[in-house]
Amino acid sequence: MSEQDQMKRRSFLKCMAWGGTGLVWAMNGGVLSANELLAGSKRKAAGFSFVQISDSHIGFNKDPNHDVTKTLQEAVDKINALEEQPAFVIHTGDITHLATPAQFDTAAQILKSARASQIYYVPGEHDVFTDDGKLYLERFGRGTQGQGWQSFDYNGVHFIGLINVLNLKQGSGTGLGGSGFGQLGQEQLAWLQKDVKGLSGSTPIVVFAHIPLWTIYPDWSWGTDESEQALSYLKRFGSVTVLNGHIHQVMQKVEGNVTFHTARSTAYPQPAPGTAPAPGPIKDVPADKLRSTLGLTDINYIAKGSQLAVVDDTL
Amino acid sequence: MLTKRNLLFALTLALIVVGFTAYSRGAHAHIASIDANEIVIQNFAFVPSTLTIKAGEKVTWVNRDDEPHTATANDKSFNSKTLENGERFSTEFRKPGTYQYYCALHPKMTAQIIVK
Repeated sequence: MSEQDQMKRRSFLKCMAWGGTGLVWAMNGGVLSANELLAGSKRKAAGFSFVQISDSHIGFNKDPNHDVTKTLQEAVDKINALEEQPAFVIHTGDITHLATPAQFDTAAQILKSARASQIYYVPGEHDVFTDDGKLYLERFGRGTQGQGWQSFDYNGVHFIGLINVLNLKQGSGTGLGGSGFGQLGQEQLAWLQKDVKGLSGSTPIVVFAHIPLWTIYPDWSWGTDESEQALSYLKRFGSVTVLNGHIHQVMQKVEGNVTFHTARSTAYPQPAPGTAPAPGPIKDVPADKLRSTLGLTDINYIAKGSQLAVVDDTL
Repeated sequence: MLTKRNLLFALTLALIVVGFTAYSRGAHAHIASIDANEIVIQNFAFVPSTLTIKAGEKVTWVNRDDEPHTATANDKSFNSKTLENGERFSTEFRKPGTYQYYCALHPKMTAQIIVK
């Protein structure tokens, strides 16, 4: 093997280490299980599956990833290589880095090539911060309600896409030291309450939103105000799964009937809570992280004083 | 053993050092305050987090982080929009008051301008 090939292989492995691609969610009798998305992966055929991708940050061009367009394309290629076509794809936001028309164009262009009947979106703060989501709604908000929230049913499962990245300041208290948490807003909460009203308690519910709907790390604003209120409307359901992005790493928590899960980014990893001064990209991704970032075993999370049991299912 | 003379010398030296340090600190602060009111965005924070100016003065933000940030007034009276690394935004404050602002991408980043 030439030195160049070795380099290629090494950088590929390095890329694999953090270039988390997506998760395949397989639905079996109302219970979701997550699998790392790998090419040609086999699943036991029962129910249906869908893919979650997140945080593609089109337009980001610094360390550790100077070509996020390519890594998003790789994620799409992996979706297309699945033996069984997923029912649909969910993108949990931060499609773009700076919400420019060109970045939205590039993202749309790549995602169009995904072999899935439909892609459902919710925005991240990076998609809406310049214009309160106007451009995002124009491009990706078709068929949604209010400021972009939506629900749909698939094979008896009720899916709800919530938006918690608008009006970030309004709910953060005035002045210095606001929480900076995600915001759902009373209008959306009222809609949610109504949306699930007629459903039987045995209906499996899947909620997707960008910022985690449980408090992961307040110092970095990794949580959503009013998420408790939202979840209270879902208490009577036997199976609730909450899918989020935003934190660029896999975390999972089970609380009663609710399973929370965050997806990796297709662009760059972010530090585990509290392990860096700020939640910016991990610029130097060491090779010895390979195994853990492939998601084989390793996610244990201890935040200041509180402990989260986090389980990452793998193939 | 410390002689009287040595002790005096050491004390004098110490006084000079302390005095010089105090002088240079003061001088530095003076320079910073007459420098166009500049707020540096670094490590996900506005520095200084409170800036007091006189009405009619201009404030400039500069982003020293790799991450993009904004300086967005709570009341939307000013908005830098996206500031990438090295980019600047300036605005003039004509009316006295307290202007609280934040980063629209990282709303936990908050600070204020006090205009007298």
